[in-house]
Amino acid sequence: MQQISLLLASLPDGILLGFVYGVAAMGLTLIWGVMNVINLSHGPIISLGMFGTYLIFIKLGINPYLGLFIVAPVGLLLGILIYTVAVHRVINAPHLSSLLATFSVNMIIIGLGTAFFTTSPFNVDFNMGSVTLGSTTLLGTRLIAALAAVIVTGGLYLFLYRTRPGKNIRAVANNRAAAELMGIPSSRILALSFGLGTMLAAISGALIATFFPFSILSGGGYELKSFVIGVLGGLGNPIGALVGGLVLGILEAIIPAFLETSWVPVIEFGLFILVLLVRPNGLFGAKQ
Amino acid sequence: MKRTLFNLFALLIVLSLALTACGGKATPAPTEAPVVVPATEAPVPATEAPVVVVEKTITIGFTASQTGAQEVSSKRQVNGFNLWMNQVNEAGGLTLSDGTVVKFAAQSYDDESTKERVQELYTRLITEDNADFLISPYSSGLTAAAAVIAEQNGKLMITTGAADDDTYKQGYTGVFQLYTPGSLYFTSTVDMLKTLDPAAKIAIVNESDKFSTAVVGGLKPYAEAAGFEIVLEEAYASDTADFGPIINKIVDSGATVVLGGGHYPDGSTFARQLYERKVGIQFIGILVAPPDSKFSELGDAALGVTGPSQWEGKATHTEEEANALGIEWFGPSGAEFSAAFEAAYGDKPTYHAAGGYAAGLLLEKAIRNADSVDSEAVKAALDAMNLFTFYGGIKFDTSAEAHGLQIGHSMVVIQWQKNDAGELVREVIWPADVATKPAIFPIVVP
Repeated sequence: MQQISLLLASLPDGILLGFVYGVAAMGLTLIWGVMNVINLSHGPIISLGMFGTYLIFIKLGINPYLGLFIVAPVGLLLGILIYTVAVHRVINAPHLSSLLATFSVNMIIIGLGTAFFTTSPFNVDFNMGSVTLGSTTLLGTRLIAALAAVIVTGGLYLFLYRTRPGKNIRAVANNRAAAELMGIPSSRILALSFGLGTMLAAISGALIATFFPFSILSGGGYELKSFVIGVLGGLGNPIGALVGGLVLGILEAIIPAFLETSWVPVIEFGLFILVLLVRPNGLFGAKQ
Repeated sequence: MKRTLFNLFALLIVLSLALTACGGKATPAPTEAPVVVPATEAPVPATEAPVVVVEKTITIGFTASQTGAQEVSSKRQVNGFNLWMNQVNEAGGLTLSDGTVVKFAAQSYDDESTKERVQELYTRLITEDNADFLISPYSSGLTAAAAVIAEQNGKLMITTGAADDDTYKQGYTGVFQLYTPGSLYFTSTVDMLKTLDPAAKIAIVNESDKFSTAVVGGLKPYAEAAGFEIVLEEAYASDTADFGPIINKIVDSGATVVLGGGHYPDGSTFARQLYERKVGIQFIGILVAPPDSKFSELGDAALGVTGPSQWEGKATHTEEEANALGIEWFGPSGAEFSAAFEAAYGDKPTYHAAGGYAAGLLLEKAIRNADSVDSEAVKAALDAMNLFTFYGGIKFDTSAEAHGLQIGHSMVVIQWQKNDAGELVREVIWPADVATKPAIFPIVVP
């Protein structure tokens, strides 16, 4: 009975957090789904999104949610820049080349971030109040972050399925050579895709910074979660990534109700390996 | 094929990142180059008779966490140590009875807050840099890794920022602890709680690392012996960001008091989330983070949070205290140390900085007492040490079971309160005879 009440108290928190995890994972799976590149700079870009919120709120005094309208385009442009400089030349090379290229970007961002921000934890002292429902306290920052995550997911879905550039992205993801024969400029579309993936990572970081302290190294943990979610939800499937994020968020919320908190990663990664073994296409299948 | 590749890469990456996480937070090395703080050149004093002055520069090796999880506290510790070294060198060094002038140079590397780097770098400090004496890195986990290397190579190490008891119960003979041992960290807090609310129900929530586990190992039996009920014991991983489920457990347990935490990043996060959820906890005691001046960045979330502190400028130890105890006094007063630290770094010293300074002071006193820089002579001087400084008492256990364990130092309890101007300030609330303000109890969450 005690566990049930604990579960009910923790579950809403896990769901809200899961939406944000989902946005982070969408960025990673989108890039892989379109261009077969595992973006190892995903984590540091999430951290940069966090620092974006910090700079916008603390230094410029702008509301962090309005700040998303700055973080998102900067993330998009940063992604296009990274693609152009580091990824484009190795896009057709063996996977190890693109892996090393994005890992280099990862190191560069962490190095620069450490030089500018150190690795000390930063804190955005931003409070949106809380709502108490029975034994559950829902923080305003998490509610808004979850809402923002749903809007972003919906926007991405509409973009991919209802707009010409979105359809072009899906076409390139399905068959790049055929898409080029149809006159789709694949290089530009790949750059746009990488930019979108980076933008999603930056947005998730910006949202996380409103309720968790962070450092330039914090993104690594969310990158790890993104890999797990990518496998759970299926590649190139934004809705799958969102649901995968929810599954992870719920697991993180309910496991401590029954076991010590230190069991959370053991069960998460156990599930990750289990899904790889029994349902390698993810719980919702890959979609391109 | 594409799916398989992704899965393979993802599996590899997850495993490697998970393994890395187990070993601590890995960061790229900003530099391999040693950070050398050169000894300042001192003019040779003019004398009437021709006297040959032999100047000897002693290398003190240590690693600092310039990056990673321990960065905040480690940097303060190193600042404190460097202040001591610069002061001694600028004063012309130490003069031994045979006329030898001893000066100091520091050899330091960034350990990135990882044990692997610590062991690699302490080996390098000993074998390549020929360090004469060693100072520990910051944190119990890193120090335990360094102590093995020091002991294997017969190097004397003074540990600061390393409170875990276990390291001193491994049969080592050359490792000397400056901090009050971890098992005693919360004893002052429990003593205070007895006067505030003897019926308090305590939740112990701690980081699952070496130091915090040692603290909890001492806290639980002490609190139970004092008649308190422990209603929850929960350990969390060092990189925990979401304390929501744990806070729900605390509420569910009916606890009125929360004691625990670990280091700065998790402790400050935990405090913030306890505040945000307004769960009605009456007293919060957290390790390491509250005594740091950076903790005030939490704003109102810091208000009322307490923490055990190895030293506080507002309740510094004095020569009069030493005289009353019949113990030898050595070094500057607390006010002199604080003023020098603020002048050098523009920030008020925390106990981590005081610990760094005191480590240097302790080594200086041991060399003076030994009248030699020979490692064995200095070790004998440390074994015989019974000293009082602005940092407090320093005396070591010399038994075979716990050689080097600190037995002469006591701690205070601080709490973040608001001053008349409405600014957050650290006040000493226990022991009662050195308290600068009474404790806020229970905490009132606006």
